[in-house]
Amino acid sequence: MARINVNGKTVEVDADGSTPLLWVLREHLELTGAKYGCGVALCGACTVHVNGEAQRSCVFPLDAITETDRIVTIEGLSEDGSHPLQKAWVDLDVPQCGYCQTGMIMAAAALLERNPQPSDADIDAEITNICRCGTYRRVRAGIHQAANEKA
Amino acid sequence: MTMTIDVTRRGFMIGSATAGLALGFQVPFLTGRAHAQAGYPEEINAWVVVRPDEQVIIRIARSEMGQGSLTGLAQLVAEELECDWANVTTEYPTPATNLERGRVWQSYSTGGSRGIRESHEYVRMGGATAREMLILAAAREWGVPPGQCRASKGVITHAASGRSTTFGKVAEAASRLEVPTGVQLKDPKDWSIVGQSVKRLDTAEKVTGKQVYGADLKLPGMLNAAIRQCPVFGGTLRSFDEAAVASMPGVKKIVRVDDNAVAVVADHWWQAKTALDALPIVWDEGEHAKVSSASIAAFIEEGLTAKQAFVGNSNGDAEAALAKAERTVEAVYSYPYQNHATMEPMNATAVWTEDRCEVWCPTQNGEAALAAAAEAAGLPLQQCDVHKLHLGGGFGRRGAFHDYVRQAVGIAREFPGTPVKLLWSREEDMTHGMYHPITQAKLTAGLDANGDVTAFRVRIAGQSILAGVMPQRLSNGADMVAFQCYLPQGEHSIGYSFPNLLVDHAMRNPHVPPGFWRGVNANQNTIYTECFMDELAHAAGKDPLEFRLKLMGNHPKNAAVLRAVAERAGWGKPAADGIFRGLAHCTAFGSHTAACAEVSVTNGQVKIHRIVAATDCGYVVNPQQVEAQVEGSFVYGLSAMLYGECTVADGRIEQQNFDSYQVMLIAEMPEVETIIMPSGGFWGGVGEPTIAVAAPAVLNAIFAATGKRIRDLPLTKHDLGAA
Repeated sequence: MARINVNGKTVEVDADGSTPLLWVLREHLELTGAKYGCGVALCGACTVHVNGEAQRSCVFPLDAITETDRIVTIEGLSEDGSHPLQKAWVDLDVPQCGYCQTGMIMAAAALLERNPQPSDADIDAEITNICRCGTYRRVRAGIHQAANEKA
Repeated sequence: MTMTIDVTRRGFMIGSATAGLALGFQVPFLTGRAHAQAGYPEEINAWVVVRPDEQVIIRIARSEMGQGSLTGLAQLVAEELECDWANVTTEYPTPATNLERGRVWQSYSTGGSRGIRESHEYVRMGGATAREMLILAAAREWGVPPGQCRASKGVITHAASGRSTTFGKVAEAASRLEVPTGVQLKDPKDWSIVGQSVKRLDTAEKVTGKQVYGADLKLPGMLNAAIRQCPVFGGTLRSFDEAAVASMPGVKKIVRVDDNAVAVVADHWWQAKTALDALPIVWDEGEHAKVSSASIAAFIEEGLTAKQAFVGNSNGDAEAALAKAERTVEAVYSYPYQNHATMEPMNATAVWTEDRCEVWCPTQNGEAALAAAAEAAGLPLQQCDVHKLHLGGGFGRRGAFHDYVRQAVGIAREFPGTPVKLLWSREEDMTHGMYHPITQAKLTAGLDANGDVTAFRVRIAGQSILAGVMPQRLSNGADMVAFQCYLPQGEHSIGYSFPNLLVDHAMRNPHVPPGFWRGVNANQNTIYTECFMDELAHAAGKDPLEFRLKLMGNHPKNAAVLRAVAERAGWGKPAADGIFRGLAHCTAFGSHTAACAEVSVTNGQVKIHRIVAATDCGYVVNPQQVEAQVEGSFVYGLSAMLYGECTVADGRIEQQNFDSYQVMLIAEMPEVETIIMPSGGFWGGVGEPTIAVAAPAVLNAIFAATGKRIRDLPLTKHDLGAA
């Protein structure tokens, strides 16, 4: 039984240690906001925060997590969808199908924590999540809008 | 969507009169089925439910996969209903209910950019008749003629007496009235909700993780399945060594699926996938195991000069005019296989008993999913139903094909009464798609001494989608869909008038399954035409814009969008240092579109800086969502142009994941300026038409920058540094 801290709560998980965090979240903790897109850390749909850093949870095994690691998923990013990025996303109607957007927001949130006023070049370098609907232009606008609100 | 999932506190039952509800999906509509004998008292009519608290629920038959038509269709209903937009929510009536009610919602098909343009009239009528019923109910209560009452923002008023009431207060009385006939729809000039950039109705849950996609679904007691299909198309499953994995954690059963696949069913999907990866499987790879991209290319290339071909468009005598031409220009283009690569891999959840089957899945066509489910269940349609979930991408993959539904039901039959969710891995999804068809084209044109085109000849060789997917739609053997953007008239008509024209198609169908892929054949056909037109303009020493416009006198709407992008982009004026421009236009899915791309090429690296796009889609329901579709379609089309190719070796697709099937990222996203110029009088599509102009506009700009003409894709095949 592994003990991990997710969204501020310590929970016990009965899963094989090799199970990726993504599947622990989705199948054991019923937190399905992190999505399965590729399984090999290429697309970013599974992005969560581990100790404040964006992590692609599909390749992050349960074994590698200790009880003191703080895991935050989209469900824990804000109580009520009020994170500046979430508000900007709603204001700009960023999502299309939306499947990649939770990972996109988590990647952007980690970026803003580290770099509160990212330039376009910073966004280009840091946001490598795949969106097949092609929301990139609004994603960029949403990050800037959230950065300005936080400032 | 009002659908909520509350499975933990509800028992799992099946086979009862309200089986759909018993699974925990609170689909309010299903309560209507229980009252089938007494009509549908909870609704005004099939399209509109008004609650006492003024909430307005608009029923949407078409699927939401990101394209925004859930919101657009609701706008159309709400426009006529005269409700308060702030009170609007939506729900999907299930396909079985549609059948039970005589297809009151008509088609569920969500493809071909038809969601709105095919249904706008009857969905607006749904709103209009509901409005009339609400007004009549109020008028009767007041004892006044309904013609003296009017509705606005959910409030009904009788000016003469100063009385007013709300939709919510008269809804119950209205629901008992006959649905009127002969109701007039509004004049488009009077629209106040349609044509507005209202916010999408489905955003909030998509930014909090609450939106439940098919891949996220969890039902009580649900098992999870991972599947592997024979890597070679047409091959079959010979055997597998069940004992090797049967005792692995969580594994319940190894199931043979159809004749070509095996699934591992386990408590959790990760356990199922882990066991599947360890399962020794023996395939009979069948007759196509030696097919390669090279053998496919040779097979198709033979069609470029074959005698037999289906004619798609012809006027004058192109061959004779070519023979007499001052000079001729010829070029051969090609377009590869591509995967839809929806972000959400294929999946479906099914529960089956001897007398009922229910499926939850992302689908672009709920009725087709129902048919697939019923067939796989071995049950009549009436004993099955499909619960649609928003799609994590569709792009054509989830419309005509429900292989994943058939498989899920097949697996669920092994566990009567227990729900089973089937989720494909990304690798399964990449290697078992329904691929953008592969074609080549030889284009030949005759020019006279003035550089004017005397003949235009296109021979397409390659794969037919219809032959692979719905052969019943072939016309005496011909696939008319193959001629998109080359047809003499209609929603895919050619945007030029040539004095002599011949377009024909030598059908060559390799074993790789083809599918409708966002933009369909407009993608490559527009590249062929618009890049070749650029070649001709340069051969004739003419400006590519003027050269095109000279042939567009009979195509004023095409000319208008082309002129619009040229003007906005500054065509004819110097671009910034190192920036080069290219143009393209077409008519596709009923809309007229054009693009002007601006690119630079530095050390062989292409950067797409800006694309100005224009679309004349007749009427616009939601301008900001049209813009979103233009931008999104460019990402899809340019990803294909830059990177998209599925290659074949040993009969199977080689690309397994996004490392070998690369797509555009945010760093590559150009500025997109969208000019929406609806000319009215027709309804054109939005989701697909603009995809077709992105790639040729960029390719023509690359030629302007480098002098290098790209005739086969993707761009990764070419070294532009050598230009």
